[in-house]
Amino acid sequence: MPFTAKPRKFSAGIIEIPLGVGQNAVTIGGGNVLPLYYFDNPAKNPPAVGVEITDTGVEAAGLPELAAYYEGANTPAERAKKAAAMEGADFVCLRFEGADPGGLNRSVADCVAIAKEVVEAINKPLVIAGSKNLEKDVELFSACAEVCSDKNVLFLSAREENYKTIGASCALAYGQKVGAESSVDINLAKQLNVLMTQLGVQPQSIVMNLGSAAAGYGFEYVASTMERVKLAALEQNDTMLQMPVITPVASETWSVKESIMPESDMPEWGSLEERGIEMETVTASACLASGCDAVILRHPTSVKAIAALIAALL
Amino acid sequence: MALKGLDIFKLTPKTNCKDCGNPTCMAFAMKVAQGAVSIEKCPHMSPDALRQLSEATEPPMKTIAVGEHKLGGETVMFRHEKTFVNKNLFALYLCADMSDADIDAKLAEAMKVDYERISERMYVECIFVNVSDTQTAERGIAVVKKAAETGRDIIVRCKKPELAKEIVSAVPVKVLVGADASNWEAMNAVAKEKGLVLGVSGKDLSELYDTIEKLEAAGNKNLIINIGGSSIKDAFAAAVQIRRAALKDNVRAFGYPSIVNVERMAPGDHVLQAALASLFELRYGSIIVMGRMTYADALPLYGLRQNIFTDPQKPMKVEPGIYALNGADENSVCAITVDFALTYFVVSGEIERSGVPVNLLIADAGGYSVLTSWAAGKFSAGTIAKFIEEHQIESKIKNRTLILPGKVAVLKGEVENKLPDWKVVVGPNEAIQLVRFLKDYK
Repeated sequence: MPFTAKPRKFSAGIIEIPLGVGQNAVTIGGGNVLPLYYFDNPAKNPPAVGVEITDTGVEAAGLPELAAYYEGANTPAERAKKAAAMEGADFVCLRFEGADPGGLNRSVADCVAIAKEVVEAINKPLVIAGSKNLEKDVELFSACAEVCSDKNVLFLSAREENYKTIGASCALAYGQKVGAESSVDINLAKQLNVLMTQLGVQPQSIVMNLGSAAAGYGFEYVASTMERVKLAALEQNDTMLQMPVITPVASETWSVKESIMPESDMPEWGSLEERGIEMETVTASACLASGCDAVILRHPTSVKAIAALIAALL
Repeated sequence: MALKGLDIFKLTPKTNCKDCGNPTCMAFAMKVAQGAVSIEKCPHMSPDALRQLSEATEPPMKTIAVGEHKLGGETVMFRHEKTFVNKNLFALYLCADMSDADIDAKLAEAMKVDYERISERMYVECIFVNVSDTQTAERGIAVVKKAAETGRDIIVRCKKPELAKEIVSAVPVKVLVGADASNWEAMNAVAKEKGLVLGVSGKDLSELYDTIEKLEAAGNKNLIINIGGSSIKDAFAAAVQIRRAALKDNVRAFGYPSIVNVERMAPGDHVLQAALASLFELRYGSIIVMGRMTYADALPLYGLRQNIFTDPQKPMKVEPGIYALNGADENSVCAITVDFALTYFVVSGEIERSGVPVNLLIADAGGYSVLTSWAAGKFSAGTIAKFIEEHQIESKIKNRTLILPGKVAVLKGEVENKLPDWKVVVGPNEAIQLVRFLKDYK
C-alpha cells in the first residue's frame, strides 16, 4: 500500500506587506501553510533576512570579522551600503542605539539627518529601529517618517504605551509601516493589533514584533507564542493575528553571556565571534521554524547561513 | 485510546458472567474505556479481541530506548498543546574513510563539551560511525572501537548486512542504521540477534512505509526512521510529514523516532549545520547527527533544546544558593531574586554585563517569577529571612548589603525587621536597568 502525504493548506492566509519601493521592494508575509511547510504549498514570499547596523557602529568592537566587513565605512550611510550589499541581505535595519537618553542621547535632528542619508544611500528597503526609550522613539519615529516619506519604511516598534502617536504619525500621516511590539504573549499581540486598527491603521500597514529571546533564554515562550499566532491566523482565520511577524534577533543574541564573555575569561568556550555567530544563527533558525516572516541579523556569516537555509527549503 | 466503551463491549463475550467483578459486560467495558480496569480482568476475552484492543490502545508513537536515553513517545505536534516528552539527542558524525588523525581530533574536540546547565548534563550523547560498502570489516571495527572508548552510545550506519554483522559482533553498538527495501531481511536479522535499534530508510515515503510494514510483520518494532538523504528540503518535508502522519492520521508505521544527518546535508558548513540542527530540534528530529560539536555549537543548541523540551505546565527552576558573579567574594554586595530559570538568566546576565562583583542569592520561590511568587507568598520577608538562615549566608558572606528586586519594594521594611544587621536596598524594577544601577551604586 503506497503512502501519500496529505498536504495541509488553509483557506486563510498571512497578509502580504511590501517594504521599500519600486524594484527594490521586498514583500513579507503571504502564504497559507504553517511556517516553512512549503511541501504543503509553494512559498508565496520566502522569509526575508535583514541586516542590522547601528548609528554608532560600536557593535563591531571586539569582533574582528565583522569589523573587517565594515572596514573603511565610517558613516552610518557607508555602513548601510555595505550591509545592503551583504550576501543574502533583503533589507537593512538602522538601529538608533545612540538615541537612548541613558546613553549617547543623540538629538532627534542628528538622527533624522542620519536616517535621510541612509535611506538615500541604499538600494534595499529600510527598517528603522529605535532606542527602546518610549518617549524618545515617538519623537524620533515621527521625524524620520517625514524625511523618509515615499520610501515605505518600517518602524520598530510601537508598543502599548506609545502606539497612538507612532501609529498616527508613521502610518496615518506618512503612510509608512509600523511594527506592533508585544512581549511574547498571543493575547497582548492581538490586543495591540486591535488597538492599532481602531486608531485607523490598516492591517496592511502592521507588522508584528512578538518579542524574542536568545536560544536558551526562555525561547520556549517565543516558539509557543509564534506557533499559536500562526495557528490562530491560519486555522481559525483570526484576522487580528494575520499580520506577518518580524523578529530583531541580533539585538537579543549579541547581548547574552555566550556572545559577550571574552575568550580570556572562558578559554574552553573558544572564539567569541564564532559563539556569537552561532547563537545568532541558531536563534534565527528557530524563529523561522516557529513562524517568523522576517529576521534581523548582524553578522555576514549568520546572514549567509540563514539565507542559504531559506533557499534550500523553497 | 480512541476506543469507546461500546466498541470494547462488542469485543467482550457478552455473557454477564461477573467473573471480572462487574455486574455486566457493559459495565466492565465502560470501566475499561475510562482506564479504570485492565482488559485482562476478563478471563474470557478471545486472543483476537485482545490483539485488537492492544493495537487500538497503543500510543501513536512508540518510545524507543537508546542506551539510557528514551526517544519518541510524543503525542502532540506543538509543545503548547501539551508537552514534548523526550528531548532529541545529538550525535557526532564519523566515517571509517576518515584518517585516524581526523577521527582522533574530532572525538577529542567533541569530548571537551561536557557541562551542566540548569541541573542537566550537556554533552554529545551518541557517536555516529558511517561504514561505507567498500570498507573492510577490520577498519570498521577499529573506528567503531575508537568511538566506543568514549563511553557514548554508538550508532553504526552500514548497508551491507555481513559487514554490519561483523562490526556489531565485535563492538557494543546501540543503533544499526542501514535497512532499506533491498536489504531489510538480512539487516533485521543482524539487529534482532544483537537487540539493536534498527534504522530504516527509503527512497521516498512510500517505500519507507512499505519497508517498515514488512519489518513490523517480521516482528520488529524497535525501529528508528532515517530521514532523507542530502536534500535539505526533502529531509525537512519528510520529518514533518512522518510525524504528522503518525500523530494526526494514525499511520502506525510512521510512529517511530527519527534520525537526521545534517553533516550530510551541509558537508563541512558548521554554521549552516547549526541552523539545520536548530530547525530539526523544533521540527521532529530525534537524533541529530552533526559534523562537529564545539562550545560554539553546543551553547545555543543545548540551550534551545532545554527550552523546547520543558513542560509548559511546569516552571523551570535553578538551584537555590549563592551565585558569586564577576569574581565576587565575601565582601561583595548581595542581591536576591527568585529561582525561576528565566529570571536567573536575565538577572545574572545583566549583572555579568555590569562587571560589578555581586553575590547573587537565589531563593527557593517555587520556580515562579518575582511578582508571581510574591503574590503566592513564596517570596516574602519571611522566606527571604529563612533562606538567609538556612543557607548560612551570614557566616559565608561578610557584606551586609542586600539588594531587593524593585518589584517587591514593599518588602523593604519587613525584611529590615527580620534581618536587623542588614542594609536593605531597593534595586531596579527591570533587570535591564541593573547595569546602570550597579555602576552608580558602586
